[in-house]
Amino acid sequence: MTRVVLYLNQFFGQIGGEDMAGVPPRFTSEVLGPGRALAGLLAEGEELAGTIICGDNYFSDQPEKAAAECLGHVRLAAPDIFLAGPAFNAGRYGVACGALCKCVLAELGVPAVTAMFEENPGVDLFHREVLILHTGQNAATMRETLARMLRLARKLRAGEPLGKPRDESYFPRGYVVGELAEKPAAERAVDMLLAKLAGQPFETEVPLPAFDPPQAPEPLKDMAHAKVALVTDGGLVPAGNPDGIEVSAATKFAAYSVVGLERLEPANYDVSHGGYDNRYVKQDPHRLVPLDVARELEREGRIGQVYDQFLTTTGLSNPVNNSRRLGRGMAEHLKAAGVDAVILTST
Amino acid sequence: MTPVAEMVGSHRIVQGNGIVQPLGSAESSPEEEHRLRRRIMERALDALSTPVDKPTVFRPS
Repeated sequence: MTRVVLYLNQFFGQIGGEDMAGVPPRFTSEVLGPGRALAGLLAEGEELAGTIICGDNYFSDQPEKAAAECLGHVRLAAPDIFLAGPAFNAGRYGVACGALCKCVLAELGVPAVTAMFEENPGVDLFHREVLILHTGQNAATMRETLARMLRLARKLRAGEPLGKPRDESYFPRGYVVGELAEKPAAERAVDMLLAKLAGQPFETEVPLPAFDPPQAPEPLKDMAHAKVALVTDGGLVPAGNPDGIEVSAATKFAAYSVVGLERLEPANYDVSHGGYDNRYVKQDPHRLVPLDVARELEREGRIGQVYDQFLTTTGLSNPVNNSRRLGRGMAEHLKAAGVDAVILTST
Repeated sequence: MTPVAEMVGSHRIVQGNGIVQPLGSAESSPEEEHRLRRRIMERALDALSTPVDKPTVFRPS
């Protein structure tokens, strides 16, 4: 018997709506909600061995504890295949599904598959480690999605090679898989260019990351009273680089005081950035962090004040996720300091 | 580098003077260099007080 175990949130697990989102994980052998559709899809020799249900808030308020508790139930159910969701566009549910699939795969070595809508935050967080299938935004395609999840999980269990993400409809995990091409890269590139010039469809082999920019901040109304911060990703650091900001793909940012400083003296600063010729900035740090002009604007009353510290990191070759994390950290720091506007200089 | 800033969705982008010295000009006289830096910073203040709804590049005037 191939034992299939399913994870559902409190809503799909028929415990209740938002008012029940705080319920802790529980196991049931009852077949309910999407479990009914799933049971109908099982082949001979497969059984729905149980369902774990957990409230969305319970999981998102304490993800590690919740995942450990859910994992305990999963372990007892001894699955051969683990399916979570589908979560569609439900954010907390999607994150829980991703987190749990990651645990089940890592801790139990059991094939785990989930599915959700592309904008579900669970995709961003877990697509590298977990097989996540594409779905639409709502539960209209429940049965069809479960069928695809089951099909993919069977393949994994059988050790069959997976097709490409677009053929199997899962989110790319970022793996580069070697394959023999019919034509060398130069010919493929020329073919693509010709197709592009002719207005024909073509498919890039190196898709650029997609960005989901936040809404534009409102313009500043009262510049004369604004606290303005200077921030850079060009790696300006105090001489000796006391916080060890890495020369490329920095894992941290630092804030350095400019209190009482009219200028940044070259002797007191260095550059920790391996991606551009640093000598001009070393000669005069204002070429990167324009404190001199910022102080002028402050004296003239064009801006209210220059924030007491400049923030710095090194953007070179920094993965998007890490950059996002650093950006969030900087934004939190600046917000807490009551900064109204930022001038970020980039090399 | 302004196309990169546009691509990632920065909203208010001011064109600097180049990658190795975005707010400098080592080849100019100190006075000219200072004026250049001042112009770029003033453009940044213009940008901060201008409503935008998509990535917008402000070129130094």
